[in-house]
Amino acid sequence: MTDVKNLEELFQAKVDGELKIEPKDWMPDGYRKNLVRQISQHAHSEVVGMLPEGNWITRAPNLRRKAILLAKIQDEAGHGLYLYSAVETLGTTREKTVDDLLGGKAKYSSIFNYPTLTWADIGAVGWLVDGAAIMNQVMLCRTSYGPYARAMVRICKEESFHQRQGYEIMSVLSKGTPEQREMAQDALNRWWWPSLMMFGPSDANSPHSAQSMKWKIKRQSNDELRQTFIDRTVQQAEVIGLKVPDPKLKWNESTQHYDSGEIDWTEFNNVVAGNGPCNKERLAARNKAHDDGAWVREAAMAYAAKKAKRKAA
Amino acid sequence: MTQQEALFAYCLRRGDDNLILSHRLSEWCGHGPQLEEDIALTNRALDLIGQARNYLQYAGTVEGKQRSEDDLAYLRAERQFMNVKLVEMPNGDYAHTIARCFLYDAWHLPLQQALMNSADEQLAAIAAKAVKEITYQLKTSGDWMIRFGDGTEESHRRAQAALDELWTYTGELFETDEVDAVLVKAGIVPEMGPIKAAFDAKVDAVLNEATLKRPADGFMMTGGRQGKHTEHLGFMLAEMQYLQRAYPGATW
Repeated sequence: MTDVKNLEELFQAKVDGELKIEPKDWMPDGYRKNLVRQISQHAHSEVVGMLPEGNWITRAPNLRRKAILLAKIQDEAGHGLYLYSAVETLGTTREKTVDDLLGGKAKYSSIFNYPTLTWADIGAVGWLVDGAAIMNQVMLCRTSYGPYARAMVRICKEESFHQRQGYEIMSVLSKGTPEQREMAQDALNRWWWPSLMMFGPSDANSPHSAQSMKWKIKRQSNDELRQTFIDRTVQQAEVIGLKVPDPKLKWNESTQHYDSGEIDWTEFNNVVAGNGPCNKERLAARNKAHDDGAWVREAAMAYAAKKAKRKAA
Repeated sequence: MTQQEALFAYCLRRGDDNLILSHRLSEWCGHGPQLEEDIALTNRALDLIGQARNYLQYAGTVEGKQRSEDDLAYLRAERQFMNVKLVEMPNGDYAHTIARCFLYDAWHLPLQQALMNSADEQLAAIAAKAVKEITYQLKTSGDWMIRFGDGTEESHRRAQAALDELWTYTGELFETDEVDAVLVKAGIVPEMGPIKAAFDAKVDAVLNEATLKRPADGFMMTGGRQGKHTEHLGFMLAEMQYLQRAYPGATW
């Protein structure tokens, strides 16, 4: 027991001293589990997140937008790959991690259970959803687990490009015809609150937060990140003449932040529990891709085995 | 037919082949059999849309009527598209998708290699960039044909079925008409004979290694180059052109 206690103390001292924890270092079981949960959820979010955006590839309004959207979604697939690899450094195989998603056991960001109804939603997703994700990811570049932190550095660079292109779509629409403007405002209206929910429950109700902060997996609280996002995004909306759908939104001179209305956590809990507009479709699409691809993966394995055998002979 | 008219038609053919195949491949994005393959297919879609844009921009310049790449892609009707039928066929299973890519690449690479020597500088420049991309694409589609053919019983069966079904659409790739005749004469585009020979050699080599059977050259579909397409194209265009048609003149 003393040994484990010593190891834990050494581990915490390392974390407190801002040294990165690497795959072969000793770590508490809880730290490993917490990371596997968080990184795999993050990986699943990247992969499931391809679906609502993919919904508009074949209807993108011009060739430039179509190429950008394809490249963006391809980036998300790449992020999924890095993150599944980061989970593997913690001793959990990609197959197991993916199976947990397909079986409905693992979670992914609930935001992707909302539908992309118009082209403006592609702008809103880039601007707000990627914008909210970046808040978290910038913080994670300094997370205590080395492979996760390093994956995040690269991911952040690409995500900030994604956010800019989303904002640019919204900006063009807001300067367009009355119908385009309405489309942009409607997308903001629908995506605003779900985007704020992306930061997770308030600190008081967030089950994993305190321990994650102590282990420096997380470095800022959900509420702090959410506030930074609101402060930035409200100003960006003003620049392009769109209105954030929160009647209680008001600049507060004394705090130097925006005050805002209450989030409807009943909706959040409902979507997390599987009752969002697209939960079933998203999971069904991932399962279909996986099942339809089974023979392809088997063929690749069978051919590789044959080839290896021939080489050995 | 003037040389300018022929060059415009030629650019549309090249642009439309790439545009339509890119569109079909983009339908896979997010639904591939493995994340790595999802990324690879999207790469292919991106390469092809890039090549399509080069050709359509140049077509607009050659035509001289101020039509942009988007005017040409989004505001032409079914009968004005000049792609081969091969590229507009629905994706089918992954074997169909790969077999189509392989047949297309095996034709596209020697064609673009020859176009690098075009007397038209712009066509030569477009080809020089495309050849780098297609060389890689042909390698990957060929590798997958071999994996499927020499993989499992199921993958062999699926790959052979895909080849048998698609073969009848390969004839169109080698058709020539007045457009080609005018441009061949001016040294702007190559003769089709050597392209066909390179295609045959590549297809035979890959199918041989894949233990797949090359289908017999029987009846070959035609019509795409005259804008007479399959019923599939109209649906694809309805989807692709929806925003441009619903909001005429809007900027996106």
